[in-house]
Amino acid sequence: MARATRTPYLLIAPALIAMLGFLVYPMASVVYYSLQHYNVTKPWDNGFAGLDNFRTLLFEDPLFWQSLGFSVKWVAVEVTLQLLFGLALALIVNETFVGRALSRALVFSPWAVSGVLTTGIWVLLYNPTTGVSRYLADLGLMEYGAAPLADPDTVFSAAVVAELWRGVPFFAILLLADLQSAAKELYEAASVDGASRVRRFFHITLPHLKDAIILSTLLRCVWEFNNVDLLYTLTGGGPAHATTTLPLYVASKAAQAHDFGYGSALTTAAFLILTFFSIAYLRLSKFGAKA
Amino acid sequence: MTTVLERPEAAVSPARPAPGRSAQRVSRWQIWAPLALYLLFTLVPFYWMLVFAFRPRGSSSLLPWPITFDNFATVWNDLGFAMFFRNSLMVGLASLVATTLIALAGGYALARYEFRGKRAFMVGMLCTQFIPGAMMLIPLFEIFRTLGLVNSLWSLVIAETVFQLPLSLILISGFIKNIPVELEQAAWVDGCGRLRGFLAVVLPLLRPALVAVGSFAFIHSWNNFLFALMFVNEQEKFTVPVGLSYTLGEFSVDFGALAAGGVVAAVPVVLVFAFIQKYLVQGMSAGAVKG
Repeated sequence: MARATRTPYLLIAPALIAMLGFLVYPMASVVYYSLQHYNVTKPWDNGFAGLDNFRTLLFEDPLFWQSLGFSVKWVAVEVTLQLLFGLALALIVNETFVGRALSRALVFSPWAVSGVLTTGIWVLLYNPTTGVSRYLADLGLMEYGAAPLADPDTVFSAAVVAELWRGVPFFAILLLADLQSAAKELYEAASVDGASRVRRFFHITLPHLKDAIILSTLLRCVWEFNNVDLLYTLTGGGPAHATTTLPLYVASKAAQAHDFGYGSALTTAAFLILTFFSIAYLRLSKFGAKA
Repeated sequence: MTTVLERPEAAVSPARPAPGRSAQRVSRWQIWAPLALYLLFTLVPFYWMLVFAFRPRGSSSLLPWPITFDNFATVWNDLGFAMFFRNSLMVGLASLVATTLIALAGGYALARYEFRGKRAFMVGMLCTQFIPGAMMLIPLFEIFRTLGLVNSLWSLVIAETVFQLPLSLILISGFIKNIPVELEQAAWVDGCGRLRGFLAVVLPLLRPALVAVGSFAFIHSWNNFLFALMFVNEQEKFTVPVGLSYTLGEFSVDFGALAAGGVVAAVPVVLVFAFIQKYLVQGMSAGAVKG
């Protein structure tokens, strides 16, 4: 390690300036705006608001609670299913078999696909005239006219499946990376001792993966909570706000209503919720503790 | 903050079974049955998009035959995808270059120097991982308006780069830490300056890290929808995801055009993905899990 000179500061200066200017300052200004009445279309009302925005949010805005509730449901369902499928997939492609490299490349590939493209693809698949259901109906396996995205009863599951399609590879990639660092000797010893495959999974694999699972689920919760692209384009938050997440609600407040003050209050609330959730999650899951 | 990089040889484990495990190896169908099911779930959506993109209008065949490029001509020439493609490419490449250079400088400082404020900087970078992109729309929009960058592709380059920086810095500094400092010192003894030593000794060894960081930056920026939607309103400056979202938004969707637009959106990331997927598992395990 070299002695402290000006050099290290010069080297981190570009990163520091970029992050201060475009991450830290904006975050601080969100907090500032959240205490203001600030609506581009109603300049005569602008000014200091105190906690007005937060009072509105807590007591007068059913959409805040509804979108927060949906966000929690969305994140919980998505992350749980992605983790289960991702773990299973990682275990499968960690085995040795012919065609493994190609299988890995193929099953991981939706990882690189954007939310909008995912929407484009699944709109084709779900549409009653172009979708899978129409061809199944041709074979007499289904009724014609199934439109999962238009039906309030099925829109949630339809969106969940589309997001699963591109979300599972994230867990599969991360967990596979961690599986590969598991000591082979442990498995061999357990094998010699006659431990069954199931027992080895619960006593060696799972404890080894613990920290990777905790961290990847946390990252994914934050990411799924914040992710707007898919729902914005697939359902637009509808029908009747049934699939509106909190960030989607913020985006609509900012983009359509131009109510930046209230939008900032929503943002601040979401950021606080995320931060408390993350700290609590890491504490409760004993991240970093020996399994 | 010990970022451990697995050696590629270790991660891409040899295709022979470990001796002790052969007795209890999983049978072939236990791998292939679930894998085949999952491959079906992964690949059918891609195939659906290809069929609709390449088959003639009005056809209901499930094979893209007779093959036609009409949809691509429509999308590329009439819907402006040639322009969107150029814009996305420009933003993607600029973010790639900016992210890599800034992260390289900062990563070197973090790996090779002790300096005051280093720990605070590292903690701050980790905290930025919880800052939600969707939530930064309002303040970033204000900043770009002040800077006169609304409707400029540079706003997207800046936003993409800043959001990519923390992870890229952590990844690169981890890689540099794993390169023995003695190698560099030998170069200094031979009369190289710090910079020449870095260029001659460290940089060539950093290739996997640069590939990972650069391609993450490119893929993220290529896929980003929300920033592009909010910061750019002129059609000549749309990026591919925004263009694609407009093919979705019409009352009567042209499914051929939607699918062809999807293929245009997918091709660059699929190429990059095919190029990096072998390194992906290692890159993830180095940067995200053990960071």
